[in-house]
Amino acid sequence: MAVTLEFEKSIIELEEKVAALHRFSQERDIDLGPGLATLDTKLPEVRRKIFSSLTPWEKVQLARHPQRPHPKDYVDEIFTDYLELCGDRRYGDDRAIVGGFARLSQRHVMVIATQKGRNLKQNMDVNFGYAHPEGYRKALRLMQLADKARVPVITLVDTPGAYPGVGAAERHIGESIAVNLREMFRLAVPILSIITGEGGSGGALGICVGNCVLIMENAYYSVITPEGCAAILWRSADAIPKAAQALKLTGRDLLKLGVVDGIIPEPLGGAHRDPVGAAELLKQAIVRQLDQLCAMSGAQLQQARYDRFRNLGVVGV
Amino acid sequence: MPSFHARPLQNPPTDSPRSDLPAGLWVKCKDCEQMVFQNILEEALFVCPHCDYHHPVAARQRIAMLCDKNSFQEHDADLVSVDALNFADDGSYARKIKETMTKTGLRDAVVCGNATLNSLPFALGVMDFRFFGASMGSVVGEKLTRLIEWATAARYPVVIVTASGGARMQEGTLSLMQMAKTSGALMRHDEAGLPFFAILTNPTTGGVTASFASLGDVILAEPKALIGFAGPRVIKQTTNAELPKDFQTSEYLVKHGFIDRITHRHKLRAELAALLTVFSTNR
Repeated sequence: MAVTLEFEKSIIELEEKVAALHRFSQERDIDLGPGLATLDTKLPEVRRKIFSSLTPWEKVQLARHPQRPHPKDYVDEIFTDYLELCGDRRYGDDRAIVGGFARLSQRHVMVIATQKGRNLKQNMDVNFGYAHPEGYRKALRLMQLADKARVPVITLVDTPGAYPGVGAAERHIGESIAVNLREMFRLAVPILSIITGEGGSGGALGICVGNCVLIMENAYYSVITPEGCAAILWRSADAIPKAAQALKLTGRDLLKLGVVDGIIPEPLGGAHRDPVGAAELLKQAIVRQLDQLCAMSGAQLQQARYDRFRNLGVVGV
Repeated sequence: MPSFHARPLQNPPTDSPRSDLPAGLWVKCKDCEQMVFQNILEEALFVCPHCDYHHPVAARQRIAMLCDKNSFQEHDADLVSVDALNFADDGSYARKIKETMTKTGLRDAVVCGNATLNSLPFALGVMDFRFFGASMGSVVGEKLTRLIEWATAARYPVVIVTASGGARMQEGTLSLMQMAKTSGALMRHDEAGLPFFAILTNPTTGGVTASFASLGDVILAEPKALIGFAGPRVIKQTTNAELPKDFQTSEYLVKHGFIDRITHRHKLRAELAALLTVFSTNR
């Protein structure tokens, strides 16, 4: 089932009309002349216009678009020889975060990806993308394994957050994230983290302590959801767009703050309109970053990662 | 325990006390709601003599409880929060920072420094819930990181007394990044072979729980403190689950293996001294 967001409607209507005209012209063998050609050239313009002026709240909606490619889709598209490794060796295997060795051209890597489902059954399986402590502990185990194998770590993240449930609390979800934050600084291999959709607060950060942190054009990264922020500060759902604006959660804002190091462009209209094209752009960014990071020594990588996070924050005197 | 009823009753309370009454009068215990003479509550380190409820403690008072007299030397007292995001474009965050500073006499939600306890040196950070619910923004993260880095260089143990409502929303992802920053500094402190003791007080939640509060080599918690990542209300809303009795309290967490000990506030100083002693003996 295709889902169309409010701001996508005008462009999709126009696309459908143009397509209908093409069909009509072909079926009846009638030349519609320069009129149709004008529409063909106008279409990308309209698309560009709409998508270059999206509000932060519209971007959040795009980041959550039901047809948006998920991290695991990118893994399948970009990497070869994916060898999944399961379990945290303590309690269970969390399907909300998966990972394993893979290859990117000639390079061996460890890739770790969050998962979201496309239907209820899949979503039950991956807990709607909310990871439990086991997910974070598995991710750390795999990252430490990558350190041993001396292969770079790539984390692809699209999660609404860590799971706020009884079991997660009972097994110390906060501790599982905290330990990842500390231990990721110890690794002597490159860590490249990419927010591909939702960067849901601590749940995203728990696998995002990278040497380089990138974000896709229509993804967001935030300390709290716009809904949560609106409820707490303005006690009204009407304030959600305002909260999205205030939180500075888009790539462009995050780049200014230094929270991300770069923005990966998406095909016009968003990754869901052209998943293969989006995967190609993502792949190019990964290759480019890995080429740079793999030239650094273990000590350099540790120092650079420390400095990167050490310098974040703004204080006054 | 001080004998409460043996004292002559002055100004016996007739109605609910007001928080703006001058010191030295009656206050109502936040838990059992019995009246307590202010001085007695202070002498008891803000533990209710009737029901043992541990009331919140201001940073300065906590420092006095845990340090040798006059040994505390404050670090980075000048740092203040700024509205780096121009949050909601209305200046409300900057205004609220100013107001909170005036109201509490604090400059932000953590006070850091070095001190001694039984002449043993250590670095100490104490969060104060009165300042923005001791939420962690750039200043809290920066002050604690500087403290931990300082302690690593000086080869001091680190002690942090936590209390926090979580991340400082008005600083957006910058506050989120403080979780990684403080944890990174603790990694280096750990690599240097130095101990970190976390003392968790009511309430410790959100990003503070998901960073340094959970990273203590020893984690002590005061009785009946609420400690968790997502709060109980959020969990109930999201999952519709019936929450276990004592959910996310110190008692629940010691049973589930997260914290080392529940330490009554009256014993906190002695237990901290014992830990510092162990780590100073064979150095």
